[in-house]
Amino acid sequence: MHKEPLFHIVKRETLPWYKSWGVRLLAVVCALIVAGLITLFLTGLNPIKVYATMIDGAIGTQRRTWALMQKTAMLLCIALALTPAFRMRFWNTGAEGQVLAGGMCCAVIMLKLGDKLPNGLLTLLMLVAGVLGGAIWGVIPAIFKAKWNTNETLFTLMMNYIAIQIIGYYVLEWSVPKGSGSIGVINQKTQAGWLPSIGGQAYLINIIVVAVLTVLVYIYLTYSKHGYEISVVGESEKTARYIGIDVKKVIIRTMCLSGAICGLAGFLLVSGADHTITKDTAGGNGFTAIMVCWLAKFNPIWMVLTSLLICFLSKGAGEIATMFNLNLSFSDIITGIIIFFIVGSEFFINYRLIFRGHRKEANS
Amino acid sequence: MSVPAIELKNITKTFGKSVVANKNVCLTVNYGEILAILGENGSGKTTLLNMISGIYYPDEGQIFVNGEEVSITSPKDAFKYKIGMIHQHFKLVDVFSATENIILGLEDDGKYDIKKASLKVREIAAQYGFEIDPDKKIYEMSVSEKQTVEIIKVLYRGADILMLDEPTAVLTPQETRKLFAVLRKMKESGKAIVIITHKLHEVLDISDKVAVLRKGEYIGTVNTSETNEGQLTEMMVGKKVTLNIDRSDPVDPTDRLIVAHLNCMNRDGFKVLSNVTFTAKSGEILGIAGIAGSGQRELLETIAGLQPMVTGGVQYIVPETGKIEFLRDKTPLQIREMGIRLSFVPEDRLGMGLVGSMGTVDNMMLRSYRKGKGIFLRKQEPKALADKIIEELEVVTPSASTPVRRLSGGNVQKVLVGREIAAAPTVLMAAYPVRGLDINSSYLIYNLLNEQKKNGVAVIFVGEDLDVLLGLCDRIMVIGSGTVTGIVDARTTTKEEIGLLMTKEVRKDA
Amino acid sequence: MIMFIQRMVIQGIPLLYGSTGEIITEKSGHLNLGIPGIMYVGAIGGVIGAFLYENGAGAANMVPALAILIPLLCSMVCSLLMGLIYCFLTVSLRANQNVTGLALTTFGVGIGNFFGGSLIKLSAADVPSINLTATSNFFKTKLPFAKNLGAFGEIFLSYSFLAYLGIIIALVAAYVLRKTRTGLHLRSVGENPATADAAGINVTKYKYLSTCIGSVIAGLGGLYYIMDYAYGVWSNNGFGDRGWLSVALVIFSTWKPDIAILGSMLFGALLIVQNYIPNLSMSAQELIKMTPYLATIIVLVIVSAKNRKENQPPMALGLSYFREER
Repeated sequence: MHKEPLFHIVKRETLPWYKSWGVRLLAVVCALIVAGLITLFLTGLNPIKVYATMIDGAIGTQRRTWALMQKTAMLLCIALALTPAFRMRFWNTGAEGQVLAGGMCCAVIMLKLGDKLPNGLLTLLMLVAGVLGGAIWGVIPAIFKAKWNTNETLFTLMMNYIAIQIIGYYVLEWSVPKGSGSIGVINQKTQAGWLPSIGGQAYLINIIVVAVLTVLVYIYLTYSKHGYEISVVGESEKTARYIGIDVKKVIIRTMCLSGAICGLAGFLLVSGADHTITKDTAGGNGFTAIMVCWLAKFNPIWMVLTSLLICFLSKGAGEIATMFNLNLSFSDIITGIIIFFIVGSEFFINYRLIFRGHRKEANS
Repeated sequence: MSVPAIELKNITKTFGKSVVANKNVCLTVNYGEILAILGENGSGKTTLLNMISGIYYPDEGQIFVNGEEVSITSPKDAFKYKIGMIHQHFKLVDVFSATENIILGLEDDGKYDIKKASLKVREIAAQYGFEIDPDKKIYEMSVSEKQTVEIIKVLYRGADILMLDEPTAVLTPQETRKLFAVLRKMKESGKAIVIITHKLHEVLDISDKVAVLRKGEYIGTVNTSETNEGQLTEMMVGKKVTLNIDRSDPVDPTDRLIVAHLNCMNRDGFKVLSNVTFTAKSGEILGIAGIAGSGQRELLETIAGLQPMVTGGVQYIVPETGKIEFLRDKTPLQIREMGIRLSFVPEDRLGMGLVGSMGTVDNMMLRSYRKGKGIFLRKQEPKALADKIIEELEVVTPSASTPVRRLSGGNVQKVLVGREIAAAPTVLMAAYPVRGLDINSSYLIYNLLNEQKKNGVAVIFVGEDLDVLLGLCDRIMVIGSGTVTGIVDARTTTKEEIGLLMTKEVRKDA
Repeated sequence: MIMFIQRMVIQGIPLLYGSTGEIITEKSGHLNLGIPGIMYVGAIGGVIGAFLYENGAGAANMVPALAILIPLLCSMVCSLLMGLIYCFLTVSLRANQNVTGLALTTFGVGIGNFFGGSLIKLSAADVPSINLTATSNFFKTKLPFAKNLGAFGEIFLSYSFLAYLGIIIALVAAYVLRKTRTGLHLRSVGENPATADAAGINVTKYKYLSTCIGSVIAGLGGLYYIMDYAYGVWSNNGFGDRGWLSVALVIFSTWKPDIAILGSMLFGALLIVQNYIPNLSMSAQELIKMTPYLATIIVLVIVSAKNRKENQPPMALGLSYFREER
């Protein structure tokens, strides 16, 4: 009786970077083909035409390009926030809540002190409040993780909804006009606490801030002592203790930072883009950023690409939806499919299949 | 008897491209026979049994059970052929009770009935003289209780072919004797038994035949009655090795580290060290001998500030001034900040001493990255150090930035020891620094330790090979079950004396 | 009061389905954050089935058995497919569970709203919703004699069959997990897959089965929501964050489906209690909606602080298993 499995799986040696990125690129191509087929099947539209519309929708006009860049910048900002935590293997699924907490604190200042302070001081105060809000929201689960090893994935996940409900409360409390259920644009007339537009581009300042932030996070993680400690703790807590790193301190400090950058994102959203706060201010980007961060293998520079990819898809698919009279959720479907493919492709980077018959027969 | 229980032909298994765990291994195991597989650490014994039990799948070769060629792709297949394996690292679910663990995986055991199963477990335990509480949760159990569960698990399944991976490593001599009695009983009832060990006296005591592996290669099988320790050692290590370690006299030995009445608990509240007292002197190598898991690891980790002590103290005498510093309740960082250069080569190299995913340069920084003001790392110094270690210790690595995880065991250890020595320590503790290393690398490590001794460092060396301990150290401290059973002069003592000390405390208990 | 209990149960049942499904999945060591998406898909699957049948046969000519079976099967098949996507990626391809799960939620919510939106267009109604009252009425069929039993009947017997099914499934799941060989094996896979593997348990099979069964059960929660709670009216995003509440409920009930029954009632009560507190402002209602999450965090913290092994998440939760890992 000679029965051999059809194939068995073995772990690969590390692939050179160009091969592994080749695999990922191939995955994206496959995903686009599958997504195209699904589009064809669902809507009967010519996929090539659909993709052309998609590109047009994302970068077809200058306004669209700016909108795409703003969206990418915000997603990237949140992904950058998650990176230190993820490198430490602290699975922060609470970015949505941390952004909202930051945005909320910032909006409170904007709303309550808008006419009492000079604009510069007000904006600065909003920034501080936003960063603090995010940091506090991020550090709470970290403290429990450090103290009792409380599962951080679940804790941070729950914190999202607490933030959402708190915002729901204040949005109703302070709704303008009373009872409308929304705060509306804050300081519409005075534009107090609004980040200025540069050269007529309202979003440019956000984009610049995030670009600088990308470089800073990269430097922090690669060249600073803190970044080094984060890597060691993430790799092995035992090693960290062995060389005298205070693991609890690093966890708390890093989550403070992670939350603070989320808070900054909240500030940019409230002060630099939306000028209001709603439950949807973060718009699910807190979750999408997890995928962006993971797809880039926690590397801030690659994250520019992955966040651009995701936003491109979502903007493009949004355009398809409008153009062909479809539903906006179409972009979620496409995004989902593409992530499935990229996530799945990691397998072929890390493992290798050996098929039956590709083995030398043992000579007895 | 005519048909062998298991026959292996030309089994080969590699991991990745470079690691050959088994090469052309041929083995025969008969019913009513105990086969010992002998080999040094890393010779591929466990990998071989894992292939028979379906954990790994061989790259090449054939496995015959009862004369028929079989393909064992999963542990389930192994059970089908009545093969049961007792792993060295217990495969138990912590939150389950003993009985739940024992019946785990059984599909055709009639109606699911824990009570009935518990009764059967008690029966088996009584039959072979085990003590076990079937309802006790695994996480509440001691190591030997867990092993009992593992063995009963196999017996419960009525396996005809039993394979045990280093079953005695964690047992007291009494428990070992009990286990051997059980094994003999099973042999008499016609079962085939394979036992992995690297302890020669056990091989001679229990087995009928011995198969020897060396670095993954099959060397040969001999009948136990026709062999002796000398021949087996020769097969195991190649040519007969007379250790030629250059031992100089201690250099101006003065007290450096005084450990007094140390008591320690592990995380589960079991006492792992009791009343340990000794002194390590500068300019000499203090060996620590003992059965694996007697508290050696905990002792070193406690001194290094990685584990809390319940009572007792550690004093460090500053070389230049003779001032006494107390190390109790200090963290590793605090110890370093006190100016005490205490280097520690831990047993778990990649899990504790080094970061596997980082290159040699980044691993050099582990000790020194805090140096210098500012928030940024300085890479020049560690880079220079890495290059120096790679050159002087002949570390084989594609580059100084290649993740150390991808280096071979010997090279990993060179990186680790190199770094610890580069810190110019006054105390150097090394736990099993040559485990799994080839002869050349081992000698390189011995020489490094000797060099440190000549420089006036107090070296503490935890070893498992008595010949090495006798040839390298100046004094040998023996630990048994967490207590010091004796401290002897390595130049005058004998292997027998140390062997007796290793089991002394345990005997007193009996 | 009776009203309150009835509405509490109706609110709680979708959460119960979701968390029972998630518990079964998590017991195999897989944290499926795609549950919210799966519940959406389960709901829309049922809606599509019902829509096709209702429009095909005409509301007057519907056969009760078919009116129930078609949406039920559609819903189950759709959630099963979602489960299979998740399984294939995380079990066979060993992809990161958090990322896969979140992508599945994005995908599932997208599918739900996309098809929901398309059907709304097809039905050309004035309001942005699909109305499947006819099908819903079949689903809401109650025990005929319940009305005659007074308060007892109102409280215990006034629900549709899917509500009872949800409770039965949770009880059966609790029994299977605790008292059967299958449950023992499943738990061992989630606690320590290497041990389960060595014991001859087909780890992959258990992971696949539990995740897929869990997905189908969770999907039924979506179906119940539409057909019973929402009277057969689909509106986009109507399901809200009930999926995440289900995930919270898993933790709240410390991975025990029978406790999840009580938990789901409590969460259900918290979802509607605002309607029964006089003079409660809209904004205060938002704070009350926060309480289930807060309660979950408190349970999570207490469980980790007390560190009783029996109440911890499955040990291997979130980790991929590869047999030859070394």
